[in-house]
This record gives sequence, structure tokens and C-alpha cells, in this order.
Amino acid sequence: MPTIVVEVMPKAELLDPQGKAVAGALARLGKTEFSGVRIGKRFELTVDGEITDAVRADVEKIADEILSNSVIEDVVAITYPEAE
Amino acid sequence: MRIGVITFPGSLDERDAQRAIRIAGAEPVALWHGEHDLHGVDALVLPGGFSYGDYLRAGAIASVSPIMAEVIDAANAGMPVLGICNGFQMLTEAHLLPGGLIRNDHGLFIRRDQALRVENTDTAWSRGFELNDEIVIPLKNGEGGFIASEDELDRLEGEGRVVFRYLGVNPNGSLRDIAGITNERGNVVGLMPHPEHAVEPGFGPDTSRAMRSGTDGLTLFTSAIQALQAV
Repeated sequence: MPTIVVEVMPKAELLDPQGKAVAGALARLGKTEFSGVRIGKRFELTVDGEITDAVRADVEKIADEILSNSVIEDVVAITYPEAE
Repeated sequence: MRIGVITFPGSLDERDAQRAIRIAGAEPVALWHGEHDLHGVDALVLPGGFSYGDYLRAGAIASVSPIMAEVIDAANAGMPVLGICNGFQMLTEAHLLPGGLIRNDHGLFIRRDQALRVENTDTAWSRGFELNDEIVIPLKNGEGGFIASEDELDRLEGEGRVVFRYLGVNPNGSLRDIAGITNERGNVVGLMPHPEHAVEPGFGPDTSRAMRSGTDGLTLFTSAIQALQAV
């Protein structure tokens, strides 16, 4: 079944405490070449049937309205499976 | 006077909220997230907890619960609605209040008795306070950092919609030390600290008078009762 991938990241200007904690752990491990880590979310939506224009419109809507909160996050990518 | 408290999957503090309402002098009504029915209540409390395990974002899944359709209609019609902690997160996710709540800047869960300044006494949930009253109620959260755009923050400040502000060391990175806000109409209030845990001598925060004697939270609930009586 086709899968649509939606990727959401915390807004660039906001502090990302999770990413900061991971960056701190990397630094403690001596991995000093990494100056920052940011953590986002990846959603994989499995579609029952074909990906029609209506499905695409729906995905864009739920990506903006449910999967992300525009106050704190950005939808950075919506990836559709390649057409067969 | 009947005040509804909505239980969502993962709510923790609905019984404390019900008890606070009873002590304040109103009748608490238990409501369920899966119904489309407010059972004719006069006001609403969205309690604290971890609805849906904070999955997706804190309060996000609860904000699209069946009952939230009725909550949004009632709030827009002027019904007093209070969101505490996870309830505040739901109100922002439901766009009844602006801004959002993110993980505490220090990355840790925090629990402490929190001093607040009351900066708006015109809301349904704060009219019983005096302006600039300093109160102490418990704070306990992992995702309590209030954020909004600079424009939104300026608007909130300019319109006097910051109801409660943290005093002392900022506990969670909230911008401009904001602990609680209201909507334009003043009927919807959300705050991260827990007034329902400071309503009964013996079970509240410590005060200079005696251990656990703090009852500052009770005024939020008596305020709502006053607001309803004034209608």
C-alpha cells in the first residue's frame, strides 16, 4: 500500500530541549564535530487505495492542522511515493 | 451553579478539580470526552494530566475529542472555561487561546510551589483577586514553556490578557514569564500551575502561617461562581 511521509520540525527560532540534550550527550562522548542537534517527527500515512488529488489535499490539511501546530512547528516536507 | 469537569483518557486531576468546585460552593459535574453533551453545566474545567500520554503534542489529541466541539461552541458563546496545565495545552491546541506550550527549557519535569502575580482581575476566573495580588499554587509539568510570536506576545501584553505571571526564577522558560492568559472576552483562561491543589487547609502549599495551609487557588473557582451569579 502506498505510504505518504510527512515531516515536522520545531520552528528554527525556538529552543529544542530534546535536541539540546542529545547535543550535550554527543559532546560528552567526545563527538565535538557536531555543533547542534534538532529533533523532529516523521509520520508515515498508509493509504488504502490510490493517492488521488483529494487524498493529497487531505494530507496537506491534516499535516497543517493536526500533525503539526503552526505556533511551534513547521511542516518541512510531504513526500509522496513515486508514481508507478 | 453547576461546573463541569471533563475527563479525557490520561486526565489525572479531575477529582481534585471536582473537589475544588465543591469547596468553592458549586456542584461539580463529571463529563466524558467521548460524548457530545455538556449536561447543561454553567462553566467548564479542563483538568490537568497527560491525556493520550502527551502523544503527538501535549493536549493535541484531546483537543479534537468529540466533546471539544461543544466546548468550543460554549466558549465562543461566553461560558467560563478554565484549562489547567494539560487543559491549558488543549485550549491552545483548540485555538481558544493563542500561543503554545513546549518542553521546559531545562528539559526536566518540575514540581514546586509557585509564586504568581495576578495581573488581570476582569476575567471569569480571576475577578475575586485584587490586581497585583501575589499568590502561591503548585506547579508540576514537563511541557510548560509558553511561547508565541513577538507580535502575539505584544498583543497579549497590550490588551492586558496576561492573567498570571511567574514570580522569581522562571520555572520553565515561558516567554515573558507568562503563566496564564485569557481570551479577548475574558471567559476562557488557561494556566500551567494547579489552583485545584491549593483549596483546602492541610493540603495546599506551605505559607508563612503554617505548613500546607495555602488556599490561594480557591479564588479561581469562587471567581467563576461570582461571574455566573453576576450574569
